[in-house]
Amino acid sequence: MSMSTHPGQGDTRVKSAAGPGRTIRPADRRRFALRHTTTGRQARAAWILAAPFLALFAAFMLLPVVWSLLMSLTDTKSADLRTPLNVSFTGFDTYVRIFQDEQFLTALRNTAVFVLVGLPLTLAAGLAAAVVLNNGIHRFRAVFRVGFYLPVITSIVAVAVVWKTLLEPRAGLVNTALGWFGIDGPAWLADTRFALPVMIVMAVWRNLGTVMIIMLAGLQSVPNSLMEAAELDGAGPWQRFWRITFPLLRPALLLTAVTTGIGYLQFFDEPFVMTDGGPLDSTLSATMYAYRQFGNGNYDAASAAGYVVFVLIVALTTLQFRVLRDKD
Amino acid sequence: MSTLSSPHSEHAGTGRELRRRRIRQNWGHPWLYVPLAGALLLMIAPFLWMLSGSFKPEADIRRVPPVLIPTKPSIGNYSELFSRLDFSSMFANSVVVALAVTAGNLIFCSMLGYALAKLEFRGRRSVFVLVIATLMVPGLVTFVPLYVVVTNLGLNGSLLGLILPFLAAPFGVFLMRQFISTLPDELIDAARVDGCRELAIFWKVILPLTKPALATLGIITFLGSWNNFLWPLVVAQNEDQYTLPVGLALASSGQDFTRFGILLAGAVVVLLPVITVFLLFQRHFVAGIATTGLK
Repeated sequence: MSMSTHPGQGDTRVKSAAGPGRTIRPADRRRFALRHTTTGRQARAAWILAAPFLALFAAFMLLPVVWSLLMSLTDTKSADLRTPLNVSFTGFDTYVRIFQDEQFLTALRNTAVFVLVGLPLTLAAGLAAAVVLNNGIHRFRAVFRVGFYLPVITSIVAVAVVWKTLLEPRAGLVNTALGWFGIDGPAWLADTRFALPVMIVMAVWRNLGTVMIIMLAGLQSVPNSLMEAAELDGAGPWQRFWRITFPLLRPALLLTAVTTGIGYLQFFDEPFVMTDGGPLDSTLSATMYAYRQFGNGNYDAASAAGYVVFVLIVALTTLQFRVLRDKD
Repeated sequence: MSTLSSPHSEHAGTGRELRRRRIRQNWGHPWLYVPLAGALLLMIAPFLWMLSGSFKPEADIRRVPPVLIPTKPSIGNYSELFSRLDFSSMFANSVVVALAVTAGNLIFCSMLGYALAKLEFRGRRSVFVLVIATLMVPGLVTFVPLYVVVTNLGLNGSLLGLILPFLAAPFGVFLMRQFISTLPDELIDAARVDGCRELAIFWKVILPLTKPALATLGIITFLGSWNNFLWPLVVAQNEDQYTLPVGLALASSGQDFTRFGILLAGAVVVLLPVITVFLLFQRHFVAGIATTGLK
């Protein structure tokens, strides 16, 4: 009865979802020309609706993005704060200078380690949590989901206070717990070997919930019939996961890899509130370097370092799209 | 009925087998609950530690080995927080800033999101690409020029300086556009045929249908603003503009940096509102993030 209406609805949804990506063929254009009064009215309404956002966006996003690039190509310092246009053009000198700065190279190395270790760990932990919650258990799912997600919504400043006391060498819970097993825990945040790994663990703790939620949604789109058919054909759980579930999760994986990667390359909060980049710059990140330059009044170097991170983000995102996009 | 779908139905003879299968059906793999419970404990241990520590008097907090449950629980830390450190005015600032930022994003992002999803106009695709591309811009890139702008506008003496730069976030446009794209075009066409004006369609037809997406965006924006600390830390000049994270960050690096009890109580005050909001609306939140992310 109602079955016959479903395909039609489905079709329109698909069409509208194609949205702005849809190309307008000459025939369409002629049709639009005939209805130009409607489209004219639509266009006017569209710009009225868009105007407030675009005005704020231009003032607080586009202008700063362009201005920052210009700052990195001039010798802007904090002394120019009130007369920001009174600066001289220096070309790429600032970029050359920061790449000769040993501290910036250290910061880039730390950021690379953080991303290369932290990103796969976060994705794997989030995926594992999602698979176990979706396929492994049937009760108390909501409890685990909420618990695993909780760190995502928390203020880093508050979390830092808590973790600092947890990691306190003598009175902290971590070293006390290690003591039960006869392990003498180090002074985590004061040790150059452990400070960066602690930052990575913290980041995984704070971000795996996001990955889990998106992966859970992806898993729910894997049709049950497919899994049952594979089971009947004798595919084991491991095979079913790698051959069916994992390929179908590709869009979810791409989304989480891209957003987490963008966040991780800007690695800032954890070292800023926990170690201030120390000990001995072992947790100094590229964005922290930029912030330090800002604090020292070197607006040119701060902008240049920011732009280097921007370029790295674009590169990583492009790479992820190349590797993970659906290959039809 | 369910035995029919099971490939092992021919073994369904003995009562033990039956019971095991029923457990499996109701609970999944029972042994998985053990590592999961362990993982859950690890994930929320910092919060339990924080809660317990915030009620510990100074004598308890330094004890080696630490006591997990305060021997003489007291609210001394909290009362000092509000009397000496003025957390109540910071709390008010945080609420004002977060509400203003949330309201702005709900309005502006849904307006542009609708235009990008459903209206025909030249430049639609370029606007969308431009807005989305800025999701890749690191905060530190816009940080310095924004500081120059806000300083020259004289805004870093007021809460407005903490609100204005965050009123229109690209992520919100993406989320609203994705959601509105899934609404049927027929609704809008029908409203047009009925003589409804373009802006009225947005206000009367679309907006009421986007409540789930607005709820998601509202919660995400509120949490983001509540937790934001670097910008307010740099821009807020007087104590009467501090937000909670700023107050806590300054306390933990100032003269109170060794007073763990007070700092943990401060962390509770910062975290409790967001945890409450999250627990109340988590269904909305989780569903919204998951669906908008994948379409």
